[in-house]
Amino acid sequence: MTREMTGAKMVVQALKDQGVDTVFGYPGGAVLPIYDEIFLQNDIRHILVRHEQGAVHAAEGYARSTGKPGVALVTSGPGATNAVTGLTDALLDSIPIVVLTGQVPTFMIGSDAFQEADTVGITRPCTKHNWLVKDTDSLAETMHEAFHVATSGRPGPVLIDIPKDVQFASGEYSGPKPSTSHYQPVLKGDLEEITELVAAIETAKKPVFYTGGGVINSGPAASQLLRELVDATGFPITSTLMGLGSYPASGKNWLGMLGMHGLYEANLAMHDCDLMINIGARFDDRITGRIDAFSPNSKKAHIDIDPSSINKVIRVDIPIVGDVAHVLEDILKVWKARGRKTDAAAVAKWQEQISDWRKVNCLAYTNSEKTIKPQYALQRLEELTKNHDRYITTEVGQHQMWAAQYLGFEDPNRWMTSGGLGTMGYGTPASIGVQMAHPDALVINVAGEASWLMNMQEMGTAVQYRLPVKQFILNNERLGMVRQWQELLHGERYSHSWSEALPDFVKLAEAFGAKGILCSDPADLDDAIMEMINYDGPVIFDCLVEKHENCFPMIPSGKAHNEMLLGEAETQGVIDSKGSVLV
Amino acid sequence: MSALHIKKGSTRHSAYNLRPTFSDVQERHTIAVLVENEPGVLARVIGLFSGRGYNIESLTVAEVDHTGHLSRITIVTTGTPQVIEQIKAQLGRIVPVHEVHDLTVEGPSVERELAIIKVVGEGDKRVEALRLADIFRANVVDSTLNSFIFEITGAPDKIDAFADLMRPLGLIEIARTGVAALLRGD
Repeated sequence: MTREMTGAKMVVQALKDQGVDTVFGYPGGAVLPIYDEIFLQNDIRHILVRHEQGAVHAAEGYARSTGKPGVALVTSGPGATNAVTGLTDALLDSIPIVVLTGQVPTFMIGSDAFQEADTVGITRPCTKHNWLVKDTDSLAETMHEAFHVATSGRPGPVLIDIPKDVQFASGEYSGPKPSTSHYQPVLKGDLEEITELVAAIETAKKPVFYTGGGVINSGPAASQLLRELVDATGFPITSTLMGLGSYPASGKNWLGMLGMHGLYEANLAMHDCDLMINIGARFDDRITGRIDAFSPNSKKAHIDIDPSSINKVIRVDIPIVGDVAHVLEDILKVWKARGRKTDAAAVAKWQEQISDWRKVNCLAYTNSEKTIKPQYALQRLEELTKNHDRYITTEVGQHQMWAAQYLGFEDPNRWMTSGGLGTMGYGTPASIGVQMAHPDALVINVAGEASWLMNMQEMGTAVQYRLPVKQFILNNERLGMVRQWQELLHGERYSHSWSEALPDFVKLAEAFGAKGILCSDPADLDDAIMEMINYDGPVIFDCLVEKHENCFPMIPSGKAHNEMLLGEAETQGVIDSKGSVLV
Repeated sequence: MSALHIKKGSTRHSAYNLRPTFSDVQERHTIAVLVENEPGVLARVIGLFSGRGYNIESLTVAEVDHTGHLSRITIVTTGTPQVIEQIKAQLGRIVPVHEVHDLTVEGPSVERELAIIKVVGEGDKRVEALRLADIFRANVVDSTLNSFIFEITGAPDKIDAFADLMRPLGLIEIARTGVAALLRGD
């Protein structure tokens, strides 16, 4: 059934029909007809951000914490170009978001009109797909197709550019139908390959599961099936930064995160294993370290919905293209049907070996009674918040890695961080998106002061919508990770890696109408954190921490998993000239 | 590795399962991509090649199915086996791409290119140019008292050979269409 309506009304109607309840946006000339329609209805809540980048990150936070696509609405020209970082972030982390941009009217496109930019041209490489809608009759179909593309297969950001005359004109609206486009990614894995993997599981002596964000993107069923498979086989499991929470941190087979700042036991298990089962991860360079020394003696299986991930970086022996939940279901079926076999004795021996590695206690650090160590701050944050209905977002840098190391995630969709793109400024708007989706939850943005300043304007959004987001800033007055690399790689020449003019964060909080808390003494930390948790409203927590703390363990650039650095004493001259060109 | 089973348009099973994917040998492949004929689709394909640092030796595009709105893009590219595999997988990821065929692997295939070549000269050189054109079955499509434009169709190396011969005889300009290719047989 079709109905006649204006393009602007179609946009709002299509959002409703797609089940959207929240839109993050910022108005401007080229989207005013859509804003007019938003004004005339109450089903969709519009959150006015303070910068378009914030709108996109907030939509990402909403999407990651709910599993539903996030939606952002911005104007043409600068509105669209400000969205580019968020789109790229969502592309690299495979986050389903739909971004709507206004455009100058069709008859002015190409004339360098006011606030005109070639939005589809600019965003082509940073979206999964994008559309310029040139007539109102095709708008509804494009909107529905956009949601289909964003959420099918490997999820990602899509963008629809809507000229202002298309918003004003009338056309036929039709509701969502099952997509008839040719874009229908395969969900089921090849049974032959799955059987080959099951056979490898049955005989593996030193197996490891290496999981990633794909498990979380596949939905809650994937995490459940993963837990069942891990617990039934008794194989150890590690995860990338993006996959934290798909297997519980308290689970007995949990090794902790792997990679550049991953745990010693996780990285050594990856290096020494004889069967690596990659589920929804992509052999990112933060994970593999030196490619030619990456897990040299293992058979490698790779489950991924995107065929281009397979054999991109690491050659695998058992490629399985499919959706994680579908493939895990089939693996379990086949494995059970063949008698639930594993080489239990060998795996027990392997677990013993892993226990020995655990005894190294790679996350140990020297605590202090005088200054707050960032690791200590996170340990206390974990202890005092773990029993809450808690969601964590982060910015990018040392604090992000420490958060991944010291916080425990029991469930998927609880951890929102910019992994692939490493976007400083992600965490604050993301925390707003998360809090919108989960109004009663405790939402904490673990931040560094430098990252936090990049999108601090969004505190205005938090205050306006009474979103009680907690900004937990580990303030070392440094760009900590940059400083660490300069120490290790550039002869301790700290070129521009500190700020001499930081704001007073408590006063800043008050200026925004939020609460500010300052803490510099380890003895006061618990009380201060409790004050933050118990305050009913947004908080900026300025946690003054040790300024020169380095993040360990660390696999230096150009090194292999078994060449990790565990602490300060080992860091002299470790990175050779070949490694120093890597980032 | 399991036996070779190639599916058309599939990148997961490939002939590379039979030899080291991560070899350094540069190979030349002809890839046919069937795409939805929508605005910007060529930019997506070209942007993929430039953005990821792949080579394009030749690229042709035209609508081939008017009712189905499908265009066929034929790309000749070079790269290591791993890079070729990635190119095909990345092409397959573009939403308006319907099919990706590696004609070099799925082959044998027929490759043809058309070129028009302007040769300026007088006397013996002019006679020799005309004689060679005859040998290469090139047609004269324009003529003045001191110039010819030849039209030649064939595999790219035949056109290269013809152009090389014409150079000393007064070749001043050449326009080539790029490669169009189809699998042999049915």
